[in-house]
Amino acid sequence: MLYIVITYLWASILLYLLLGGADFGAGIIELFTSQKNKQITRKTLYSAIGPIWEANHMWLIIAIVILFVGFPVIYSTMSVNLHIPLTIMLIGIIARGTAFTFRHYDAVVDDMQHLYNTIFAISSFTTPLFLGIIAGSAVSGHIDPQAGSFVDAYIFSWLHWFAVTVGLFTVSICGFLASVYLIGETNIEHERLRFAHKAQFFNIAAVICGALVFIAAWFEHIPLFDWVFGNWIGRIAILSATLSLVWMWTLLYQGKISLLRPLAGFQVTMILLTTTFRHFPNIVILKGGGYLSLTEHAGQEKTIEALAWALLLGSLLILPALFYLIYSFQKKPVGYEGQLH
Amino acid sequence: MNDFIAARSQMALSLGFHIIFSCIGMVMPFFMAVAHYYYLKTGQTVYKNVTKAWSKGVAIFFATGAVSGTVLSFELGLLWPEFMKHAGPIFGMPFSLEGTAFFIEAIALGFFLYGWDRFNPWFHWFTGVVVGVSGLASGILVVAANAWMNSPAGFEHINGQYLNIDPIAAMFNEAWFSQALHMTIAAFAATGFAVAGVHALMILRGSNVLFHTKSFTIAAVFGCAAALVQPLSGDISAKDVAIRQPAKLAAMEAHFHTEKSASLIVGGIPNEAEKKVDFAIKLPGFLSFLAHGDFKAEVTGLDRIPEENHPPVAVTHYAFQIMIGMGMAMMLVSVLYFAALWKKRKWLQEPWLLKLFALATPLGFIAVEAGWTVTEVGRQPWIIYGIMRTADAVTPMPGIAYSFYLFTAIYVSLAAFVVFMLYRQIRMVGKLYDL
Ligand code: HDD
Ligand code: HEM
Ligand code: HEM
Repeated sequence: MLYIVITYLWASILLYLLLGGADFGAGIIELFTSQKNKQITRKTLYSAIGPIWEANHMWLIIAIVILFVGFPVIYSTMSVNLHIPLTIMLIGIIARGTAFTFRHYDAVVDDMQHLYNTIFAISSFTTPLFLGIIAGSAVSGHIDPQAGSFVDAYIFSWLHWFAVTVGLFTVSICGFLASVYLIGETNIEHERLRFAHKAQFFNIAAVICGALVFIAAWFEHIPLFDWVFGNWIGRIAILSATLSLVWMWTLLYQGKISLLRPLAGFQVTMILLTTTFRHFPNIVILKGGGYLSLTEHAGQEKTIEALAWALLLGSLLILPALFYLIYSFQKKPVGYEGQLH
Repeated sequence: MNDFIAARSQMALSLGFHIIFSCIGMVMPFFMAVAHYYYLKTGQTVYKNVTKAWSKGVAIFFATGAVSGTVLSFELGLLWPEFMKHAGPIFGMPFSLEGTAFFIEAIALGFFLYGWDRFNPWFHWFTGVVVGVSGLASGILVVAANAWMNSPAGFEHINGQYLNIDPIAAMFNEAWFSQALHMTIAAFAATGFAVAGVHALMILRGSNVLFHTKSFTIAAVFGCAAALVQPLSGDISAKDVAIRQPAKLAAMEAHFHTEKSASLIVGGIPNEAEKKVDFAIKLPGFLSFLAHGDFKAEVTGLDRIPEENHPPVAVTHYAFQIMIGMGMAMMLVSVLYFAALWKKRKWLQEPWLLKLFALATPLGFIAVEAGWTVTEVGRQPWIIYGIMRTADAVTPMPGIAYSFYLFTAIYVSLAAFVVFMLYRQIRMVGKLYDL
């Protein structure tokens, strides 16, 4: 039963990274789009994510609920020591969600749009940045529940190069996912080309940030290299991710778009797999070598059992409906732009 | 401001903010479903316009409700880590089911908002109903979690440890039913009155009268029906509280001394130093009746409860009075409205009735906030009644006051934005739906 719960936890984190990530990425792309192309990008973006954006963000809530019901010690330790980045991330979530909705439902179109757009783009960047920082801090060994001073306990738990580079890496992954996703969402040839360029740009950014993560890890004595390459799962995953990347670029040059999305999704899945597999079941690594483990710090058996059933039954209801939603809005009529008033 | 007070204030602010959006998120889909139904049945465009105009307002409220809810699920840990460490596994069942309900709601909302002219009309209508049903389900589930804090169940508390956890028993705790019932009706009453009030105002101003009359009628019928039964459900809640949390009941009524044939107090200023209530109107025996269904029954006063376990009396008492006052006022308006519907159709044309509704716009939400203040402040000093003190649950992180100021600023500006947005929607009704 415990493993069912852990699987769901991992899957919701992955899905949040993929779907929520593409969604964040759409805003990041906006941030990196020249003024003259912004309007059209926005249209594509809205018709692509409008109907499902609320569902995309549910994965985060599912992950949090699993964490606090099933693994309360992990949830409360992270809440205490990562209070500040969590708060910043929450502010990003508030700003982004409301700005996205306001700009499409504001009945009057005037200068306010400018404000919504700015807030949306900026928070699309900061939210995944801090998500990455939080994830990076969890495994960095910088969290110190025994810390004496304020800065040690609440600031240096997350403010260090490793976490920051993981944050930047997350941002570039989001931009990458979104560009790949949007390539298939537009019928206009030069738009498509623009998104392909964006995909390239974010791919390169991701590689650079990834390298920075390794460098930061090396300086801060985090055995990242060993986690990733020290076991066959990691090596296979990284190898296949790289191969699929090459394949993807070939397809992109040939102008074939049907396989791009699954390939991008596969790459991100492999990255998450390698980084979590080796130190599983320890998802929080504390200062001085202590850790919080999904198996040792799980709730009592009855709780886990009830949680597992709730998740299983829930997915029975959710998944078919979700697939139907995505399916229905995939085959949209040409030129359809969502509900614009 | 000390950290503990700051944490409590931040929690209260976030919940007080969220509850408005969640009430609307639970209830508006039903209003829309009715309007939508009339449109599909009669083909009158005005009903389609009402549905569409409402659905835009709802989209705004939904987004705000969803983000404020997401914030809450983190805040439970950010502010009360010690509480969540122990309570999470026990009262988590409703939250994990709620996840499903939210998810379905979000999916159905995608279908509903973006599905115009794309699906079979009745399938489209049905997705709107699903939004409402799953919204209601999530409301009921969270309230079950809150009820557990009032009436802990499903575990054994031995030497500070929480053993033999039974999440199902925790969910169906004793307070669950009365709170969920009362909350659900409150959501209908509050949203119904708020929506009816806004449309009544627009009718009085003479703009798009047909559109606003149809909207007004739907909202008013729901709101008034709920307001009529609300006091009955409140009575169930009060009887329940009397048994399960005598300290809360005593604080609600500023009932300092245990007595038989206790009198119900209306108004008044609790004087905690002298343990009496100044300037109050007393209805002898009615408190005994309210609490135990018998005019002679004994009602426990604060004197039977150790001083360190007293909730703040004044706040609880005033909040309770406000809730009852609003409830009575809304009930009165409802009686008049139903009288008008059944016997005095001509009243419906007269401005005084509409003015009354326009005045009553905020009453339901004031009552909701007051009612939650009763529930939450009346539970103090406990976060888990009788088990864990709120002061022991708070985060060790210093500087929460800044976090509170920050969130206050955010929520105030967000509220201003939502009002602004709504104002623009309403102003555009004439232009968008060329009536
Ligand atoms: C439209 C809103 C509204 C109205 C008109 C009323 N209430 Fe209420 N009341 C609520 C909205 C509310 C609430 C906000 O929904 C609460 C907070 C917690 C809950 O379950 O419901 C609540 C709580 C609440 C409680 C505390 C329950 C607990 O702590 O478990 C009691 C005893 C009452 N109410 C009693 C009444 C009575 C006797 C009313 C007679 C008019 C009344 N309420 C009208
Ligand atoms: C949405 C309606 C709600 C409102 C308006 C509300 C209001 C409040 C208020 C005013 C306080 C501060 C009480 C005080 O410190 O004196 C508070 C505290 C709190 N509430 Fe609620 N509450 C609501 C629902 C809930 C629910 C559903 C939960 C949990 C499932 C919850 C959990 C808490 C917690 C953990 C605290 C802090 C500890 C405490 O003060 O006891 N509340 N809330
Ligand atoms: C009595 C108190 C509460 C009631 C009645 C309530 C009810 C609701 C409802 C009906 C919704 C969906 C409608 C909408 O999005 O506007 C919602 C959203 C949400 N609520 Fe609450 N809630 C309460 C308190 C809480 C608390 C204490 C938490 C966190 C622990 C919470 C977490 C959430 C979340 C995460 C969402 C967003 C879900 C989505 O994206 O649709 N709520 N709430």
